[in-house]
Amino acid sequence: MDATLSLRRLVLFSISAETLMLASPLAHANAPLDYFLHAAGPAATPTMHLGWGLAAMCVAVVIIIALLLTVAIVRRRPEAASGAIGKEEGGMRWLSIGVGVSTVALLVSLVYTLVTLQAVAQPSLTPGLNITVTAYDWWWKVEYADDSDADNRFVTANEIHIPVGVPVRIGLKSADVIHAFWVPRLAGKTQAIPGQINTQWIEADTPGVYRGQCTQFCGAQHAHMAFDVVAQPRTEFDAWRSAQLRHAAAPVGDLAQAGQRIFLDRCAGCHTVRASDAAGMQAPDLTHVGSRQQLAAGTLTNTPEHLLDWIQHAQQIKPDSLMPSFTLKAQDAAALCAYLATLR
Amino acid sequence: MADLAPPPPDLRLARRPEVGSMPQGSEREKRLRELWETEPGWRGWLSTVDHKSIGIRYIVTAFIFLIAGGVEALVMRVQLARPNSHLLSPEQYNQLFTMHGITMIFLYALPVLSGFSNYLWPLVLGARDMAFPRLNALSYWVFLFAGLFLYASFPLGQAPDAGWFNYVPLASLEYDTGPNIDVYALGMVLLGISTTVGSVNFVVTLLRMRAPGMSIDRLPILVWGTLTASAANLVAVPSVSLAFLMLWLDRQVGTHFFDVANGGRPLLWQHMFWIFAHPWVYVVVLPAMGIVSDALPTFCRRPLVGYTPVAVSTVATMIIGFVVWIHHMFATGIPPLALAFFGAASMLISIPSAVATFAWIATIWLGRPVFRVPFLFFAGFVLMFVIGGVSGVMTAAVPFDWQLTDTYFVVAHLHYVLLGINVFPVLGGIYYWFPKFTGRMTNERLGKLAFWVTFIGFNVGFFPMHISGLLGMPRRIYTYPDNMGWNTSNLVTTIGSFVFAVGILIFLIDILASLRRGAPAGDNPWDAATLEWSVPSPPPPYNFAVVPFVASRNPLWEDRIGEGGRSKLETGFLLDHGREALGTTSLDAKPDIILKMPSDSYAPFLLGLFSALLFVAMLLHAWVATGLMAAACGVSMLIWLWPERLLVQREPERVQDEGAGRGAGRGAGRRAGHE
Repeated sequence: MDATLSLRRLVLFSISAETLMLASPLAHANAPLDYFLHAAGPAATPTMHLGWGLAAMCVAVVIIIALLLTVAIVRRRPEAASGAIGKEEGGMRWLSIGVGVSTVALLVSLVYTLVTLQAVAQPSLTPGLNITVTAYDWWWKVEYADDSDADNRFVTANEIHIPVGVPVRIGLKSADVIHAFWVPRLAGKTQAIPGQINTQWIEADTPGVYRGQCTQFCGAQHAHMAFDVVAQPRTEFDAWRSAQLRHAAAPVGDLAQAGQRIFLDRCAGCHTVRASDAAGMQAPDLTHVGSRQQLAAGTLTNTPEHLLDWIQHAQQIKPDSLMPSFTLKAQDAAALCAYLATLR
Repeated sequence: MADLAPPPPDLRLARRPEVGSMPQGSEREKRLRELWETEPGWRGWLSTVDHKSIGIRYIVTAFIFLIAGGVEALVMRVQLARPNSHLLSPEQYNQLFTMHGITMIFLYALPVLSGFSNYLWPLVLGARDMAFPRLNALSYWVFLFAGLFLYASFPLGQAPDAGWFNYVPLASLEYDTGPNIDVYALGMVLLGISTTVGSVNFVVTLLRMRAPGMSIDRLPILVWGTLTASAANLVAVPSVSLAFLMLWLDRQVGTHFFDVANGGRPLLWQHMFWIFAHPWVYVVVLPAMGIVSDALPTFCRRPLVGYTPVAVSTVATMIIGFVVWIHHMFATGIPPLALAFFGAASMLISIPSAVATFAWIATIWLGRPVFRVPFLFFAGFVLMFVIGGVSGVMTAAVPFDWQLTDTYFVVAHLHYVLLGINVFPVLGGIYYWFPKFTGRMTNERLGKLAFWVTFIGFNVGFFPMHISGLLGMPRRIYTYPDNMGWNTSNLVTTIGSFVFAVGILIFLIDILASLRRGAPAGDNPWDAATLEWSVPSPPPPYNFAVVPFVASRNPLWEDRIGEGGRSKLETGFLLDHGREALGTTSLDAKPDIILKMPSDSYAPFLLGLFSALLFVAMLLHAWVATGLMAAACGVSMLIWLWPERLLVQREPERVQDEGAGRGAGRGAGRRAGHE
């Protein structure tokens, strides 16, 4: 009897402990990739509600089974002769009721799921913006190239801006291995597979910065391949877009010009700065690197100190990434920083 | 039976076997024992074909791999206990998580169940051995060598590192140059040989070697589970072996199956892999569910509720399991209509599981639980089965899976189903059959302690992963930033996983101590119902001195259930003119033929060894050595298949059949009809 009582107590204790554990970290609500409690657009909100429905059903099922199991174990039975064996018949009602109820619950879940799938698989309006995102080891190239006028196209990296309230279609490509594009508060994830173009759509209801993350194991720095989606009111989005279209101005002042020479020497092989001679294609476009909030695909916040730290110690911050650690003399570092500061 | 001199070797091929009894300790029984016994020492060790030795080896080897995989996991958990940890480099972490998956899924989960099934099948079916004893030995040796082959990469710092699922192009030569992926690819093809021959053995044994009277509605559920899994393996394993072979060819021979730049398709890998790997997950749980279905009733003092629905649900789960593989690929850009079909199937597959769950709960409810250690593991298993099952339903919902997939939610789900539905029944099964394997009882208090510590540790470790998954933590990351909301759940998971490891340690201590000092067990310490408990513990090498006749599902409980079955265990066919077993018909198990069983042989060991060396030679691009090893394999097969007089079952010419009675003179008469 001791064992059964403690078994019952333990089952009930674990269920309540686990519910508490469920509640407490979520009470922080400081989880940028959380999609269970927060959704910010029509590609994600119906899914979040579906998640609540399914989770509630699943928790209910577990509690009911735990109770049935506990009662089955501890319930009192009439005494029987030792060595007596029960007959084989009986108990079929357990199966018919249990399986019957389970089947109904599953069919209801299935219908709700299919309805949700219908709601989020396609946007209800024609997308107002088309972006191409190409996944690289371990960063994201973002092309705003859906304008027929070549002067209205530009390339950036790791930070996507979208206007609020507009469905955005994203064409997903990969330059190397399979990655996956995921901004949880705005939509589910889709793989970026080399050799094909997958599409998905996102839409934000409210302005904000929504974090995204690569979610298909892609090698050494899969863990540090994040990005941001910045949803802005239409006017701010248009302003951002015009700013991104501008080419980099020629640097003014000896220090910045010295910095540019260093940049062309050591960085331009991989990086592009539009309207300068730097036209490398293997690494993020740096024309407006100063306008972004993060560096190294969401690994560091974008400050001058972090930028210099990244240049000098990339292999310690993001080991095995394709950015080398550069050794710079103090005055070269200062010059380079001065130049990069002009790339707003 | 008064004749005490050894009978001359019986070269007649037509004979009606004697019916009688053969008490333990009689002269005749001693001779039978000598016929079946394996030589002691290393000679016997390399040449035995006794399914019991092979079964124990499988279990022990699988446990060693379980511990290796567990250590890999614990190192990862130390790395993940805190954000931004630098204990492991990304490369080290990637090798660890890949090898953890490979070890647990391929080198532990199936082999341990093969071990149980190998040991138990002949005993629960009333047979003397499996249908192909030498093939049985081969399947073990190839498994062992494949495991060593895969692990040899570790000390060279070149373990596979692209995940156990090994997606291309990451696993292609361009992005992963070292020999690690080639080790994985070739190792898996080698391991596939073991799985395939093992599956063939189980299927034929089931069709041919059940005791008379054991119709298919009297089979233990373990047998249903392993049979279903074996049939599935025969269909599924070729897909993954082919996929890995194609990958190896792409990497080393210059083909372009998956190579995008030359017209290959990375998605092809995912399809070929998951078409195998999804059925595989049912392969590694259905036999374990069978263990529970057979052993739990012993501790409920009544037979399983709903035998037929449970047997049918086993087969149904496996069949549906072949049409759900796309649920691992919901995020690959496949059109929603196709996804809807696979999502629906993935949800509906839980209906047969519900059948089994309610059968177990009803068996406990209507029975009278006996709180011994195995019962605790089985009761805990039911709860974890349900938790793992419902989290699976959540991932089956396509749009929600677009959020859940590749997060820790899936890691939580898969560990609840794999540990819950494989490891816990295995631990319970070991406690249950330990007395039969060894003749000793385990320590009840240590066993209960092992249960509670593993149960608590497992739940504390893995439940929080549901939470970190819902908070967006991706899988397969070697570290994570500080401000993501994942710190607490990761720390708790790490603590829980170490508690679980302590529980496994307690279990191992209990087993090792009980091997030396456990109380002697009788034939049937649990007062259980099935045939294995009718023979001594440990069983004699021939299993059954007389071939039993089975009249119900629960032969040892018949007189007390009073359902009219009348199995005969003390008298039956005496097959002792050499190593012999009885073959019966496939559906209703009527006696059909005397099967000549092979004696111990080195050929399986040699063939296994040379097959492994063949793959080593391929890995090293040593083509001459490859040819030599292929020739050595051919020679081993020749040795194996060389005709032996004692194994001949069919005369080349017609003979007058002296034992057939009616319809005599049909030539090559082998009938051993039971009049």
